[in-house]
Amino acid sequence: MEDLIFILSPFFVIGFGYLIGAYFEKQHYESIRKRERQTLHLPVVNYGCKQPLPEAREARLVVGEVVISPDAFKTFVLALRNLVGGRVTVYETLLDRARRESLLRLKEEAIAWGATQVLNVRYETATIGNSSQQGVASLEVIVYGTAIR
Amino acid sequence: MILTTLEGVPGKEILEHYGIVQGSTVRAKNIGKDFLAGMKNIIGGELKGYTELLQEARQEALDRMVLQGQQLGANAIVNIRFATSSVAQGAAELFAYGTAVRVS
Repeated sequence: MEDLIFILSPFFVIGFGYLIGAYFEKQHYESIRKRERQTLHLPVVNYGCKQPLPEAREARLVVGEVVISPDAFKTFVLALRNLVGGRVTVYETLLDRARRESLLRLKEEAIAWGATQVLNVRYETATIGNSSQQGVASLEVIVYGTAIR
Repeated sequence: MILTTLEGVPGKEILEHYGIVQGSTVRAKNIGKDFLAGMKNIIGGELKGYTELLQEARQEALDRMVLQGQQLGANAIVNIRFATSSVAQGAAELFAYGTAVRVS
């Protein structure tokens, strides 16, 4: 009986990760959609570097950051996917969430400052230690731009 | 110090260029200490402790860049970019660079 529990314990972890992870992902997407509607009035563009400078009194750097981690189920699916290759949909949603969340943080910072527009927005993504067996695979997204008012 | 990602500062004119200035920080994961992050790997989601660490690291990199600019006598840094690289297993560098200028 104890052996059985030992053998099945990874599956409990994966199942637990799936249930909780899927729930949090749903919650997060709802929050993202809601906040995207709330911040829709602020134009955020990724051009502006090679154009005439806009008319503005003040300019400053605004940054949004997020570090996100996959759940046990996603890690398991990736391990299976590595055998056959192809699209890893569970990681696509993870990246999508991280990018949208970080952009929302940038917009919220810009709105708090009183920006009329955010120009020349750039994304930068990094991971730490995801190739090693030990340690959490974490994904960092930094998004930055120039807020003007 | 005015920081922008544009090729100048809106409403101001560039008087002098001082060349590239840069700042970087290297961070490592500390899973041994960070048990909660280990738990987070099961249920997924944002690692808030690491987000704060990333914010501090980014601020530190920017501060170093700004310090270098101040030493040159600049009052603005334009066309700022961030870059990341993996220097070693489990460690990541965050690097900020831009052009130091003096504006009117």
